[in-house]
Amino acid sequence: MDKAERIALFQKWFSDTIPHSKALGLQVIDAGKGFASMRLEWREELVGNPETGVLAGGPLTAMLDGCCGMSVATMLKAPEPFATLDLRIDYVRPAEPGKAVIAEAECYHITRSVAFTRAFAHHGDAKNPIAAAAGTFMLGTKGKVTRAQSIGAETKI
Amino acid sequence: MSTLLERLAEARKAGDVARLAEAIPYARWMKIAPENGTGELLTRMRYHDDLIGNTFLPAIHGGTLGAMLEMTAIFHLLWETETETVPKIVNITVDYLRSARPVDVIARATVTKQGRRMVNVFAEAWQDDRSKPVATANAHFLIKSDADAPPSL
Repeated sequence: MDKAERIALFQKWFSDTIPHSKALGLQVIDAGKGFASMRLEWREELVGNPETGVLAGGPLTAMLDGCCGMSVATMLKAPEPFATLDLRIDYVRPAEPGKAVIAEAECYHITRSVAFTRAFAHHGDAKNPIAAAAGTFMLGTKGKVTRAQSIGAETKI
Repeated sequence: MSTLLERLAEARKAGDVARLAEAIPYARWMKIAPENGTGELLTRMRYHDDLIGNTFLPAIHGGTLGAMLEMTAIFHLLWETETETVPKIVNITVDYLRSARPVDVIARATVTKQGRRMVNVFAEAWQDDRSKPVATANAHFLIKSDADAPPSL
């Protein structure tokens, strides 16, 4: 499977079939072992302060949660359901009005029960972040495994 | 003066906190609004299908719970404290306790510590049973902008 096919597959299962990700319009940019990247276009509905046009914190939280989750999926050898255990977001500076936001997440350690991730959101320069995130995920949670959760194991990145 | 603070003044005059959400595009889009019908200030995220994160369970997306807990804290600071600026979020830590079913989510915030420039807020979200929270959060907000903060000695 080449990179374009892999990204299309992650786009399908991680954004287009997850209603909230689809509602936000999240675009998968990249997915590799332990790595995930997404893009969120600025739009009026997602604004927190209408005076300034700055995005609310919420869309960034949802995007960073999704991106960290996708980085976890890339690390699973066998499909299993997982869920966010906790998520910390530091809002370093306001997002600039009208500009798309890029999130890059890394799953830097995984055990049998827990996956550890961190992520940054920026406007194209990762050295100048808008927000930083740290998330942990519980593995082997109840329920049927979703295609999004099994995609890493299926694509054998 | 910002639209939001003008809206706050109007809402106070009318005694109707729900008007605060009308000034925030993201709150309208997410159907997140404060309510004080019972005398207690709560924030509700009305269920709609765009909130779903897991279609198999089905469960509400964790990111939307973090977002609504953050809005809960903001509405609380605007309504229950004598804020003169729109609180600026510094950070938030969300703990996910249970999967959230496809029904309304309700949340309540409390101020843990109020400083001159910084406030620490705790917020808790639940669905049908208040004793079974689906998520909790701790957040810090700057309540005085850097520009009008008194110079440090």
